[in-house]
Amino acid sequence: MLHFSRFKTLAILGITFLGILFALPNVLPNSVVQALPHWLASSRVTLGLDLQGGSHILLEVDGAALRKERAEQVRDEVRKVLRDARIGYTGLAIRDVTVQLRLRDPADTDKAVAELRKLAAPITTNLLGGGTGEMDLTVSPGSDGQVSVSLTEAGLNARVRSAVDQSIEIIRRRIDQLGTVEPNIQRQGADRILVQVPGLQDPQRLKALLGQTAKLSFRMVDQSMSPQQAMDGRPPVDSEVLRGQDGTPYLVEKQVRVSGEDLTDAQPGFDQQTSQPLVTFRFNSNGARRFATTTQDAVGRPFAIVLDNQVISAPVIREPIMGGSGQISGSFTVQQANDLAILLRAGALPAPLKVMEERTVGPSLGQDSIEAGKTAAFVAAGLVAVFMLAVYGLFGMFALIALAVHITLMFALQSILGATLTLPGIAGVVLTIGMAVDSNVVIFERIRDEAREGRSAISAIDKGFVQALGTILDANITALATGVILFLLGGSGPVRGFAVTYILGLLTTVFTAYTLTRLMIAWWVKWRRPAKLPI
Amino acid sequence: MPLIDYIPAQTNIGFMRLRHVTFPLSAGIMVIAVAVFFAFGFNLGIDFRGGTLIEAQSSQERAELGSLREHLTDLDLGDVQIQEFGSPRDVLIRVGEFGTTEEAQQAIIGKITGALGSEYSVRRVETVGPSVSGELVRQSVVALILGAVAVLIYLWFRFEWQFAVGALVTTAHDIFVTLMFYSILGLDFDLTSIAAILTIMGYSLNDTVVVYDRIREMLRRYKKMPMPEMLDLSVNATFSRTVIVSLTTFLACLALYLFGGEVLRGFSLAMTVGVVIGTYSTIFVAAPMLIHLGLRASAVGEKPQPKAEEGEIIPPGVDTSAIEATAPVVASSAPAPAPAPTPAPAAPAGGAGRRTGKGRGRPARG
Repeated sequence: MLHFSRFKTLAILGITFLGILFALPNVLPNSVVQALPHWLASSRVTLGLDLQGGSHILLEVDGAALRKERAEQVRDEVRKVLRDARIGYTGLAIRDVTVQLRLRDPADTDKAVAELRKLAAPITTNLLGGGTGEMDLTVSPGSDGQVSVSLTEAGLNARVRSAVDQSIEIIRRRIDQLGTVEPNIQRQGADRILVQVPGLQDPQRLKALLGQTAKLSFRMVDQSMSPQQAMDGRPPVDSEVLRGQDGTPYLVEKQVRVSGEDLTDAQPGFDQQTSQPLVTFRFNSNGARRFATTTQDAVGRPFAIVLDNQVISAPVIREPIMGGSGQISGSFTVQQANDLAILLRAGALPAPLKVMEERTVGPSLGQDSIEAGKTAAFVAAGLVAVFMLAVYGLFGMFALIALAVHITLMFALQSILGATLTLPGIAGVVLTIGMAVDSNVVIFERIRDEAREGRSAISAIDKGFVQALGTILDANITALATGVILFLLGGSGPVRGFAVTYILGLLTTVFTAYTLTRLMIAWWVKWRRPAKLPI
Repeated sequence: MPLIDYIPAQTNIGFMRLRHVTFPLSAGIMVIAVAVFFAFGFNLGIDFRGGTLIEAQSSQERAELGSLREHLTDLDLGDVQIQEFGSPRDVLIRVGEFGTTEEAQQAIIGKITGALGSEYSVRRVETVGPSVSGELVRQSVVALILGAVAVLIYLWFRFEWQFAVGALVTTAHDIFVTLMFYSILGLDFDLTSIAAILTIMGYSLNDTVVVYDRIREMLRRYKKMPMPEMLDLSVNATFSRTVIVSLTTFLACLALYLFGGEVLRGFSLAMTVGVVIGTYSTIFVAAPMLIHLGLRASAVGEKPQPKAEEGEIIPPGVDTSAIEATAPVVASSAPAPAPAPTPAPAAPAGGAGRRTGKGRGRPARG
């Protein structure tokens, strides 16, 4: 066991050298790393959000809202189709995800079903348009002129999927506007989105930006009755009562004249007379045309600017607005105007997002944690070092060198893999230090045993390594089994961060505590030809 | 030369005899643990219960918990806990309520940060919605069970079923004691605690596997030695290693506990306790249990590639199956001295001659 071929020696030293090389950027100051030539390793260990500060937010697409909205959409389509086909009906209503109606003349059933089936679209599951053959809705006639149009589960799921994709895109645009460093936005499961934004000073603002659907619409104010009358009695069929920011009720038409989708730009600004913050916007040609016709027809009447079912302002149209641009003036603060502009530029979310889980760490706490982690690591390393030297002398020194390489390799691997070092991750590092020490202790104790049984020093060392290998492998593989399961099931939280360093640590321990120590001891044996063990 | 040599290299402690004390003791602790779970329950953190946690730091030398409590009670948020966290400047505010919706939680955060005002800076916010917390519980339980199964399979494959069962029972023992610790002290039980428990599980297993490895080796070497004696021999042979490793790990965990910061405090405290329990259980639960699980030398197969040792112990020409057949009888007559296998007449290669005259049931100690 003490013989190493030249190739093996070179391989061991090579790995150690590469480890140091890749770990090096972590200790060099930033300016030096920047100045390093390209071919040199320059990636560092990414610190987790708990260490560098930042927000971890798990969002869920509101499936129920999505279903409701889709059902309403289908109901409106059904109404339009039947009207166009001049088929009379009554009792058009939504029940869960089914739109039901009764035809005035049951003889029309076949015709109505045929017309309504045209609404159904095949579900596409991927970008290439590969369909499963399923439709997103089914139309089934009942008895006595009853017809029900049902949304299929597959169709709804496809909608949730695409809503998640769109949401990710829009969230990315919104966060990019904040100008922070690289957010990590990824899909989790069927309907969730994980957003990780490092180094944010104001997490509440981030959540405010993510939590708003930002559906903007321009609608006419219904003046056929006062909002109060509408609330007391029955509002007109095509209108609804919405509240303003201060709670004032407005009676607003349901019909959207121009929607936020037609915006091409939105910028914060100030009113030139009152120097109040406001948002200026610009429509695309389609939006501009519609805005022009709307305002032309309605000079002197108020229209409402509605954001997420809240009336932001309801100005009176003084003259037709032909240029395709305008401004929204509510009672904004500067930041609110800024954020509204961001939201409008980035576009509306297809469905509301709920915050399922949030973990935000302020930068000062992260810094404290790093300091605490460093102190703990140094104290732990110091204690272990003193103990090992006291118990094993020279061999303890070898073990400590191996330990230093072990820590170096762990940082190198983390840098290469781009793994994230979290606070529980530091705990994992500390723990694998214990495991590494254990491997060395198992070997050294074994060597002592062998020597006690009457072997010569060299033979005992040789035998000790042979005997210890099985034990070390068994111990590490059992630990690895739990580590891998932790990693796989740990989700995205602290358990996973722990598992990453634990697994990497277990892998490097076997190399450093066993192979590297063996090489060092082999050299020493060759050099000193010891007759007596130093331990 | 080593500077100190405090740790006795050679021990000869009758651990197995102590099992008549330690087994009832451990069993009693298990019963108490279950009673404690029911009596005290667990102080579930927001990870498993859902809720909101806010850590804030006062700009003053000392946070006024009293006035803060008044402020927050005025908000009418239901069950609000306020406590000092680490230093007098830092406070931890917890709002946990069953069935709170995600939207309500976000409103709560807004209200609290509003109430904290400019005197406090918010250092950490954690919110776990009710549906996520349920999933985390499920995930954690699955992780624990799968971890145990993976270990069981590996040990069964590498050792014998008795070892696998022994290791599992020992690990369960350690987890129970650790949980009891969490329950009695009312430590926050959250995802980090799960990490701690899985680490303790890993540590305890590591410890157990090292000793089991030696037992298996001894079983192969001294096929006729009575089980308790053989186990004592193995545990004593690994005792110095057990002590040294436990001490180093204990020191590392202690350093983590003392200097690792407030966030890791619960984790490192559990780990420190776990190391002590793990060491105890390896010696006093894992090893003696093998006796009761009916492990015998014949159960342990030969190594895949026979090494020199086998040749040393079993003289060539002696029918191996005959020795194995007598082994059960030997194992049952515990205190009786084992019939000594005759030393190898012709030493095979590899310095086997060193054991001449020592190839008795127990090697002579130096």
